Amino acid sequence: MPRFEYAPAPESRAVVDIASSYGLFIDGEFVESASGGSLKTINPATEESLADVAVADEADVDRAVRAARRAQEKVWGPMPGAERAKYLFRIARLLAERSREFAVLEVLDNGKPIREARDVDVPTAAAHFFYYAGWADKLDHAGFGPSPRPHGVAGQVIPWNFPLLMLAWKIAPALATGNTVVLKPAETTPLTALLFADLLRQAELPPGVVNIVTGAGATGAAVVAHPGVDKVAFTGSTAVGKRIAKEIAGTRKHATLELGGKAANIVFDDAPIDQAVEGIVNGIFFNQGQVCCAGSRLLVQESVAAEVVERLKVRLGTLRVGDPMDKNTDVGAINSAAQLARITDLTKAGEEEGAVRWTADCALPEQGFWFAPTVFTDVSAAHRIAREEIFGPVLSVLTFRTPAEAVAKANNTPYGLSAGIWTEKGSRILSMADKLRAGVVWANTFNRFDPTSPFGGYKESGYGREGGRHGLASYLIEGSTR
Amino acid sequence: MRAPAPARIDVRKTYKLFIGGAFPRSESGRTYEVTSAKGAFLANAAQGSRKDARDAVRAARSAQPGWAGATAYNRGQVLYRVAELLEGRRAQFVADVAAGEGLTERRAQDAVAAAIDRWVWYAGWSDKVAQVAGNANPVAGPYFNLSAPEPTGVVAVIAPQASSLLGLVSVLAPAIVTGNTVVVVASEDRPLPAISLAEVLATSDVPAGVVNILTGRTAEIAPHLAKHMDVNALDVAGALGADGITWGALEADAADTVKRVLRPAGDDEASWADAQSLNAILAYTETKTVWHPKGM
Repeated sequence: MPRFEYAPAPESRAVVDIASSYGLFIDGEFVESASGGSLKTINPATEESLADVAVADEADVDRAVRAARRAQEKVWGPMPGAERAKYLFRIARLLAERSREFAVLEVLDNGKPIREARDVDVPTAAAHFFYYAGWADKLDHAGFGPSPRPHGVAGQVIPWNFPLLMLAWKIAPALATGNTVVLKPAETTPLTALLFADLLRQAELPPGVVNIVTGAGATGAAVVAHPGVDKVAFTGSTAVGKRIAKEIAGTRKHATLELGGKAANIVFDDAPIDQAVEGIVNGIFFNQGQVCCAGSRLLVQESVAAEVVERLKVRLGTLRVGDPMDKNTDVGAINSAAQLARITDLTKAGEEEGAVRWTADCALPEQGFWFAPTVFTDVSAAHRIAREEIFGPVLSVLTFRTPAEAVAKANNTPYGLSAGIWTEKGSRILSMADKLRAGVVWANTFNRFDPTSPFGGYKESGYGREGGRHGLASYLIEGSTR
Repeated sequence: MRAPAPARIDVRKTYKLFIGGAFPRSESGRTYEVTSAKGAFLANAAQGSRKDARDAVRAARSAQPGWAGATAYNRGQVLYRVAELLEGRRAQFVADVAAGEGLTERRAQDAVAAAIDRWVWYAGWSDKVAQVAGNANPVAGPYFNLSAPEPTGVVAVIAPQASSLLGLVSVLAPAIVTGNTVVVVASEDRPLPAISLAEVLATSDVPAGVVNILTGRTAEIAPHLAKHMDVNALDVAGALGADGITWGALEADAADTVKRVLRPAGDDEASWADAQSLNAILAYTETKTVWHPKGM
């Protein structure tokens, strides 16, 4: 079959204006940080500096929490759900209207391909607001008693892999239930959250209902530790999640933790191989593998392992790695130098421990942070690349002979966020789905997300659910069990 | 003239631990004296150790897949059977509770009756939880998508200190009804009703290892369970009123393994009179969501 070259198809960045510097969004307006500190956010695909962003310290966080408290007690809490709903519907519509702008900005700040930002991140974020908008005046039907109450002020700390989408996952259910928010975006990807503040201006959301405090880990820690925060919601690494759980131990703060993963994607010998290969690729190379629920461990039945791996390599050879702004790009830039270093370290460990490395033959740009799609075979369950979350475009392939062995290997991890099953046999799907210790099980598909569908982990992948009716529970006193 | 018949000397019970369906002594060989509320000697209870706690977790873990894999109907029947046996031994529990908690007979009867009724209430939830707490999700695409609760795994329960039976049942029954298995640390000063309950469990149809009960010093045993790598969740109710331990410290210990921690509602041990809720069950469940494409 002839291979056709692709002409460049760059998305225009003219749609977005990036200011040279940004303050903190507190009580409905942008303000200077108390300390005057700032950090630079860069485009990971080019290492070009995009903007200076204020760093919030404890005093700034205190201001934000006080604003959120005032807004919760005086405005947002007492407001009828039907009125809160209308603000959320406005936000959903505004996000859809400005979707191109958000998508382009997300690509510039994060490095993900425009195709993914445009088709997944931004529309799903808008859909989350639309979905939870409808819940705001129906909470007494949600199964948490006749008039469930909000916690008060939610402190939310989000990661850099899906900056706007994680913002939506956090803010939409919090506001629908009558909480107000202090949100801390990730250090390397603050720009879409700051643009979201401009969207809130258009929505005329009352001041203080959403406050956005940018900064690094210390800012996030200040949000979590602030005594005025009633509810903590965190998405990020398991290590930080454990620190947060320890920090709030013995307090009356509630928490939702959405942490790491090391998902098994299990392919049986009767699976439709072409679909499975697409699912494997989507499972681990979507968003450069920087996905907590990524299918980073391929468990393939021994009898078809050689064929699956061969077809997988052929498919990976067709992935286009490079300029995230190009609409044909499949794999974009790694988000930061630090993340690239972690991926590099772990893949080095994979080679040293004896796994066999295969890396797609593709030219990588000179500037920016890049890692070519990589597959390890001959991986044993003891290898670091089979146990630790790599958070990059690196797949570890293990084999199994029986369904029981597949279950044992899949569950042999402290994580339990997601899992995949590929087989044509329905009864096997249901039996496997019962036995896999993971919060989301994708059968004959992978990495599907929807506002109506709860997401969250077992074991050290965290607790609480985001999305769906279940996602309301942890923002309501009557629904909170932890 | 015949000598009067001597008064009958009662046959007393040896109270031991309950692990994996058996009643071993503590591997440490230690016991401690348990007295009534008025200070009279009741028994020497086993003083459980770290090793006993680890054995109990192992028993709970090995029993967990089978218990979770039983049908909800079957679990409901097994738990209801426990209530039947409790009813048959009411008099013994009333005596135990009255002595340990210093209650009048009337109030001890009320507490035991409430505990049995609570057991029946929770037993009935076994085949209803998934219907009430689970649902289909109307995703925007051609997919079947269903969310349902599953047991979280092995739960360590630090049982309430004051309410030795009603409090215990209030924290134990919601944990096991969905298929979790449990390691209980009984009330330190009032452990005897817990061991009597173990005798009921051992002679009902509850599989060995589903419930394991340790007696001893709460502050000694509880931190090991809070830190244990193979325990998924922790109820810290019994940290209130226990010497040398706080629920916050146990929760901090549990953080390293991201355990689900059920906190006490207040700063002092609550009245357990109304303490039955669906949330007590859901605290030890995980929501699993399964997707599958639809197509011809």
